[in-house]
This record gives sequence, C-alpha cells and structure tokens, in this order.
Amino acid sequence: MRPLTPRRVLWVCLGLGILLFGAVVISLRMGAYPISIPDIVMTLVNRFIGRSNEIPPDFWNVVYEIRLPRIALGILVGASLSTAGAGFQALLRNPLADPYVLGVSSGAGLGAIISLALAPRTPGLIQFAAFLGAAITIGVVYYLGQRGGQIDSPTLLLAGIVAVSFLSAVIMFLTTSLPGHEFRSMEFWLMGDLATQPSVNLHWLYLLLILGVGSIYTTSSDLNLILTGEQEARHLGVNVDRVKIVVYVAASLLTGLAVSVSGAIGYVGLIVPHLMRMLFGSDYRLLIPTSALAGATLIVLADLLARVVVAPTELPVGAMTALVGAPVFIYLLRRRAR
Amino acid sequence: MSSASVSSPVVAAPNAGNIRMRVEQASYAYQATDRSAPKFTLGPVNLEALGHEIIAILGPNASGKSTLLGMLAGLHKPLSGRIEVDGADVNGLDPRVRAQRIALVQQDTELLFPLRVWEYVLQGRYPYGRRLRFESDEDCLFAGNALAQVGADPLRDRWMDKLSGGERQRVILARALAQQPSLLLLDEPTQHLDIGGKVELLRRLRRLADNNRYTVLVVTHELDLASEFCDRIVLLHQGKQLRVGTPAEVYERALLEEVFQASLDVEMRANGRPRVILKG
Repeated sequence: MRPLTPRRVLWVCLGLGILLFGAVVISLRMGAYPISIPDIVMTLVNRFIGRSNEIPPDFWNVVYEIRLPRIALGILVGASLSTAGAGFQALLRNPLADPYVLGVSSGAGLGAIISLALAPRTPGLIQFAAFLGAAITIGVVYYLGQRGGQIDSPTLLLAGIVAVSFLSAVIMFLTTSLPGHEFRSMEFWLMGDLATQPSVNLHWLYLLLILGVGSIYTTSSDLNLILTGEQEARHLGVNVDRVKIVVYVAASLLTGLAVSVSGAIGYVGLIVPHLMRMLFGSDYRLLIPTSALAGATLIVLADLLARVVVAPTELPVGAMTALVGAPVFIYLLRRRAR
Repeated sequence: MSSASVSSPVVAAPNAGNIRMRVEQASYAYQATDRSAPKFTLGPVNLEALGHEIIAILGPNASGKSTLLGMLAGLHKPLSGRIEVDGADVNGLDPRVRAQRIALVQQDTELLFPLRVWEYVLQGRYPYGRRLRFESDEDCLFAGNALAQVGADPLRDRWMDKLSGGERQRVILARALAQQPSLLLLDEPTQHLDIGGKVELLRRLRRLADNNRYTVLVVTHELDLASEFCDRIVLLHQGKQLRVGTPAEVYERALLEEVFQASLDVEMRANGRPRVILKG
C-alpha cells in the first residue's frame, strides 16, 4: 500500500514543470527568426537580473514582444482546458467529456461574440460573457443528456454534437452578418489560435486560472469518492451538491477563460487527463495539477508545430490538437464500448 | 390480508444492555413535490438491534427495503419517529461522525476509471481525514486490517475492474470495515454472486458479527440464507413492517405466501431454522 503523499504530488509536478520549461525554451528558439539556446538563456537571465539594456534589440523583440506572450497565452489556455476537462469528466461521470466535444467551448465563444457586439470596450466583460455561455451550455447539455433521470453516455455525447453544430451555426451567422464590429474571424471561434494577444492584462487572466484550478483542487478528494458512487460518497460525509456546484462553476470559468482568448481549441481536455491517468493513476489530488501542467506543455508544443510545419504561414493551433485528439477520442470510445 | 395486517409490537431484545441501534416509530414518505400526496410511504418501523446480531430485511420488490436501509443510514431523514445508534440520534450527527459509526454498502456501481484495491479501501478512511485528506500511516493500518478481515489481503494491488464478483464484494465490504463502524448496513450484497459466493459472504458476515461485535443489517431476497445465517428477520410488505422476529417466528407459510405471492411450503429443520420450499 503506497498512499498518495504531498511529497509525491510535488515531485511529479516538479518533473512536469521541468518538461514545460523545456517546451517553452524550444518554442522560444524556433520560428522564422532562429535564436540559439545560449542566446535565449542569456536573454532570459539578463532580464531576470535587471540588465535588460544588454539584450540586443532584435532578441528582445522576438523573445519578449512576439514569442513569450504567445507562449504565456498557450500555457493559460492549455492549463485551463485540461483542468476543465478533468472537472467535466467527474461532474458528468463520463470519461469522454471535454469542453469542446460537449459544445461548452462553442457556448463560451457565442457568449464572447455577443459581448463584443454589445459592449466591445468593457474590460473583462468578454471573459464573463464566455463564462456565462459555457455555464448555460453545459447546463443545457446536461439536461438533454439524461434518460430516465440518469446521465446516459451516448445521449450526452449526442447532445454535445447537437450543441456544437447549432452554436457553430449561430457563430457563423453572427460573424458574417454583423460587419463593422471588432470580431475575430469565424475560423478563430471555431478552431482556435493563439496569434493575437488579448486586450486584458495576462496577470488578471492568470489570477482567474489559479482561482479555477485551485477551486477544483480543493474538491479533489471528494471527487475521488463521488466517482466510485455518489450515494456512498454522500454517506461517507461528502457534501456532493456543494462539490458539484464548485466543479460546475470552476470548469465553466476555465473554459470561458480559455475560449475568450483563444477561441475553441479542441480535445485538450480529453487527451491530457487521460494521459495523466495512464501515467499516474486516477487520484484527482494528483490528476488536477498534473493535467494543468501537461495541458500547458501540450498547447505550447502544438502551437510551436502550428507555427513551423507550414512556415511561413501558420495553422490554427486547434487544427493541430484536433489532428491528435480526434483519433484519441475514437480510441477511447472503442475501448469503452468493449 | 388478514394475517398480513397484523402488525407486530416492538420485539423485546433479549439483552437490553447491549443495544446498538434503536428505531422508534420511524416513517418516511417519497413525495414528487412538497404539496403532492406521497407516492410511497414506509413505516412506522420499530426495531432494536444488538451487538453481534445479524438482522435480515426481507420483502418483495418495492416493499421499502432499500428505503429503510437508507433511512437507517441517515441518507433519508425520517418523517416521524427516531433512529438512534449507540444512543445518538442518527439525523443529528455530523455526516462524517455518522460515517464513523455506520457503514453502508450499496448495490455495486460501475467504476469510471481504473482503481487499485488498496486505493478503494482507503476511501473508507475519508470520515477521519483532514482538509486535503492525504492518508496517514494509521489510515493505511486500518485499511490493511479491513482487507485482512475479509481475507482480501492478496488482492491489495489488483485493479478493481479485474476482480471476480465475489472478490469485488469482499473488497467493497473491506472499505466499509475501514470506516471502523459499529453498524454495517448492506443493500443486496448477494445480488451478483453465485451460490457459493453467497454462502461465503454470509459466513463472513456471521464471523464478523460473532468475533468483532459488529451489528449487521442486510437487505436480501435470499429467504433460505437469511434463515440460516441471521438472528432475526424484519419482514416488509408495501412499506409496512409486518413482522419482526427469529426466522422461525417470521417464516409462517400463509404469511410468506401472501407477501411474496407464490405457493410456498415452510419446513422446520433440526437446527430450529426454517427452510422455504417452492411448491410446484
């Protein structure tokens, strides 16, 4: 018997943190303007020790103005979507739950577009509207996914498909019929990319990320019990209703946060928690932090590929994740059917 | 309905000093909404359960067996009456304190994600945990003891979904024992077991009650096994407590025939425990 200890959580997270750092360094290095790794390290260290004026302007420009903000955005989006996916999987008792597959990302996108149409200059409103869109969508999909008062896995996934296609149609309609607004392209909302920086300061968004991931983390040992049987969890003293509300709100918040800055990037919330379960087991006390870190790493690498494989143009990062994610989804679906 | 409508008085416990659970006039009603008429009513139920005792809750489908068990476990708040465990009102207890005294084993649920046996059994320590609930050495000790008590020690590193029905039932029981309860409530634990597994499980419950002072209440459809292994029987029909007593007192041919709507015979065996025989 080898119970999970805080020490093990820290060690595993440290290891994944190093991987994330490696991904960040590689991502800083590669692109249209190559910089050698020693130069990157020099650039980072000089700023860290307060000697920014010694960094060549070209390096400063490429590292701090172009690549690092985009990487920071990727980390935010990857961590948000993976944690939200792990949260939705527990909430809906469905291993195939993912913000994109269930239409939650589309709902968040629609919320964001509506807020941009009504009040494009209000700071933070787009995040709030995306959160509301996500929360309403998951509520509707949850309702439609029931049969005889119980969540039914195929019905839930069908409800998600219907939500995705319906909301995508509305998004297409709005982005083409309301010209003159500061909308991003239809492709952005449907596929997702990290090319444009949000108007809100990233610090605020990171604060929301920590709030969302932290809230779900506080329920992780309760989620472990709920996943082995809701009635029994209740009997063992778990406040099941409170846990569900926390996860519902926090996972919607994280989805809204990600979609408001990057559009609907798919399958991250599905692939990452599953990979982490295969590596480290199903305990949510380990799954939540590892998913957040690995999700960040995955998006940073996916975005790197999206930038370099068809250079000098680039792919939306959502296309990269879907290329990997859709086959994984099918694999999981078939393994489950057996 | 003549024999069935005779409700039994509280059955006096043979040794009143050792009462684990006392149920007084407890009733419960399922209502669709607050204002609608109840869809189903249970009770009033009167019962006293002692240490070392196994009590079977019998009755046809939809007679209120699982509802009664849920009420005893504190999951359903009784509409009237009172349920005490070791002198404390079950519904007044903090849920985690209650889970330290009462363990509930429900019908098996499908596990969503793979889990090792020891991880599952450690979950029984939840009521004793601190805020973020990383398990202590003590928790591991109690979980290990619980596994040993059900003879599932060799299974500890196996995956839950790779176990046979009988092994799985033992592990589920071990999780309940890890709660260190005085009262064990089991909802149809024999449901997915073959006859050998059923007998083995009831033997094990008998040993746990005899050697470890647990009080066991078990909902079951197995009339003969209940007669063989249980000290007393609670017979429910349409939400009413028809009779409480030893198997010999409860297994009356006319009564059972009326409750279960089948042609039955009851035969008394040499050990004083009746046996039910289906008539062709």
